[in-house]
Parts: sequence; C-alpha cells; structure tokens
Amino acid sequence: MKFWNKVFAIVWKDAISEMRTREIIFSVLIFTILVVVTFNFAFGASAETMKLVAPGILWVTFTFAGILALNRSFIPEIEEGCLGGLMICPVSREVIYVGKMLGSLFFMLIIEIIALPVFALLFNLSVLSPQLITITFLATVGFVAVGTLFSALAVNTKAREMVLPILFLPVVVPIIISAVKASGQALSGEPWGELSSWLAVLGAFDAIFIVISFWIFPFIIEE
Amino acid sequence: MDKIGSPSEVYTIEVKRLTKSFGTHLALRGIDVAVKQGESVVIFGPNGAGKTTLIKLLATIMNPSSGEIFINGFNLKKNAEQARRSIGVITHQTFLYSNLTAYENLQFYSKMYDVPDTKERIYQVATMVEMVSRLHDRTGTFSRGMQQRLSIARALLHNPAILLLDEPETGLDQQAISILRVALQMEENEKRTIILTTHSLERGLELCNRLLILNHGRIVYENSTKTLDLASLTEIYHQNTKAKV
Repeated sequence: MKFWNKVFAIVWKDAISEMRTREIIFSVLIFTILVVVTFNFAFGASAETMKLVAPGILWVTFTFAGILALNRSFIPEIEEGCLGGLMICPVSREVIYVGKMLGSLFFMLIIEIIALPVFALLFNLSVLSPQLITITFLATVGFVAVGTLFSALAVNTKAREMVLPILFLPVVVPIIISAVKASGQALSGEPWGELSSWLAVLGAFDAIFIVISFWIFPFIIEE
Repeated sequence: MDKIGSPSEVYTIEVKRLTKSFGTHLALRGIDVAVKQGESVVIFGPNGAGKTTLIKLLATIMNPSSGEIFINGFNLKKNAEQARRSIGVITHQTFLYSNLTAYENLQFYSKMYDVPDTKERIYQVATMVEMVSRLHDRTGTFSRGMQQRLSIARALLHNPAILLLDEPETGLDQQAISILRVALQMEENEKRTIILTTHSLERGLELCNRLLILNHGRIVYENSTKTLDLASLTEIYHQNTKAKV
C-alpha cells in the first residue's frame, strides 16, 4: 500500500505542475493536431485512400507526440535540480519509475482523448470504437513503459532531445507495428475475434516492457 | 530490520575504503571516515577535492565504485532505503518544485517520508524557518534565500538524526544562517549527527566540533576544531591544499 501511496504522490506532483504550466499537454496537442491536419490535406478526400493510410497516420502522430511528451518526463526534474530530491527519499527506485510512468501515461491519454475525435472528424472515420480505444490504450501503456526508461537514460546526456528517439524508436517498433495493424482492422470494422492476435501481441509486449523497464530502471537512474 | 554487515554499533556514519571514479578520473581515493552519534564534522577542501561527491555518496544519490558506507548500521549497498529515513540533505540545490507552492512541496516530501500529522508538521517546520506567511505561494516566486530556507524545512520534515549539508550557506542571508544554525540541533535537544562541506573556514569552525581537509580525493588532515583558531586553520588549510584562502 505504501508503494502505491508514494507512486501516486509522484503522479499528483507531476499533475499539479503540468496543470499550472500546461507545457506538455499544450505543446504536444498542438503538434498532434497540426500533423493530423497536414496529413489530411496531403492525402486528399478519397475515402478509400483515407481508410488505407489512416492507421499509419494515427500512429506516426501518436509516436512523435509521445516522444515530445516523454522528453519532458525527466527534464523538469533535472532543470529544477529535483532528481536528487527524489533519490534521497526513502523509497525504492521502482517507485520513482512507476510514478513517472503513470504520470506520462496520464498525459498521453489526455492528449489521445482530445486528438482522436479531431482525427475522426477530419478523416471521416469511426475511430471511437471500443476496439480502437483498447488498441490505443494498450499501445500507449507499452509506449510509456519503455519511453520512461529511455527518458531517464537520455536526460543526463547533452543532446537529450535527439538521444531519446534514437534509442527509443527501434525498441518500440513491435508496438507501433502491432498498433498499426490492429488499428487497420478495427477501422475496417473487423470484430474482436479478428483483432485478438494483435491485441495479444500488444498485451505481451506491454508485460515484457513493463517488467524489463521496472528491473533496469534502478541501475539507469543511479549512474 | 537486518543490519547484516554492520562493522560497528558505535558509529552513526562509517565509511570504509571508499572510492568513486568518473571515467578515468578518481574523485575519491579510498577514504575512511567514522562519525559518532551527535558529532558534527566539517569537510574543507578546494574545488574538485571530492566534497560534493562524498555527500552524494552518503545521501545515496550516487553509488560508490568500491568501498562500503554504513549509516546507522545499515549497509547502503543492501539497505539504502532504511538508511535514507534517518538522513536529511541540504545542498545548494533546493530540491523544490518551482510550480508547486511551498505547502505542496512540503506535503509531497511528507508523503515520501511517511511523516505523520502532515499538516501540523509542515506548519512546525515552516515556523522554524520563518516561512509560514508564504506557505501558499509558489516557490518559483521566492528569492534564493527564501528557497534555501524552505529547503531547510524540507530536510527537517522527518526530523532526521543525520544531516548532510553541502555548501548550504550558498545564497543565504544572515537571518537564514541563524535558522540553519538552529536546524543543526535536533528537536527535543538531542544532537544531530552532521557532515558539512563548506568553503568558509570560519563557519566550519563555528558550527562543527571536528574537521577534515580533503584534497584530490584523499583526507589530508583531520583534527578537532576545539584546538584551532581561524588563523591557525587558515595556515593548515594552505599547507595541506597548496592553495590560498
């Protein structure tokens, strides 16, 4: 219970800070909408084309939006010199990892909740189906699980904004591919049964990435 | 809690053959330090001597390259979490979030340290550092001195038995230095164990009862402060560091 109290203390602290500055949500949301609008103009109005490219556009947008958001996960801690403050607290390093991961998940989900209806409107597609929402949630969990780990790794480097995508994207490719394939099927109106294999892949990658990141994080944060 | 590996129950802080390297650079070269309960030790040394590295290792912000550290009998390699409960850290970095109010910052750290009666304790430490009137203002609006005073309150929230101070006087005015002096005493008149690093020989002599001089990652001088005055300490410091003060 104490583990979760401290995890939620970190989430609460990050949420209050973000609520006051809106640094992550505003910048990432503007980026997301700009990308969606640009792709909308680029691919014209053909419904067939839209259906074909929509899953790719959706996940390219969320991937780069996610990188922007994850880049900000540890930067405020470093800029304000507060990472040391977290590290001297009598909590395991895993508490810090889970707290930062849930904070990033919370911000990403808010961005996706706002961006998905915009996407639906511009591409004239039914994206608000339970299938697509489940896919988005599962992919985002895996995304932030690995992203939080690499964000902690990149934050102590000089070119941290560049280092994060270089390290992170190759690792997260299985999640992006699964999300694109599953989203394509969901947008074509396939039933749950047809999606189950991709959902299982997403679930498995989530579990693997959470366990590995949880295990590696203490070594990364201490050096 | 298991204190396996504890070499001694006498010392609150015990450092054995501690080394820390950054790449090829050796910041600490096998130092040994033992500090008894209630003792206050000041560490002097020129820039790059290894003072901050030593404080970071004791505070568990860094891991040593080799050697062992025991805090209250807990080996930091095995029981760092338990050891951290008895440590308060004040450095020139305040560890405060500028977008949170002073109260929210203290509330956050209270949760992390499992401080009971949070509200009461926050007002208690805020009163101690004379910050009650600014508790609900964002710390980003505070002057450097006020932030440092709040940082003292943060470090005292859980009433730690050990205080690690790394150049804490940076940016402090006279009023804040008096507050810091009070903070060094434990509440209910028990004495805290203190390790202080500073460039101010005068302040170190005034606040502590033992001194170490660190140079190039080695302890080059150790003595009680009782037997020294500022002039003789200045001379000793100069001889041992080959630097003017």
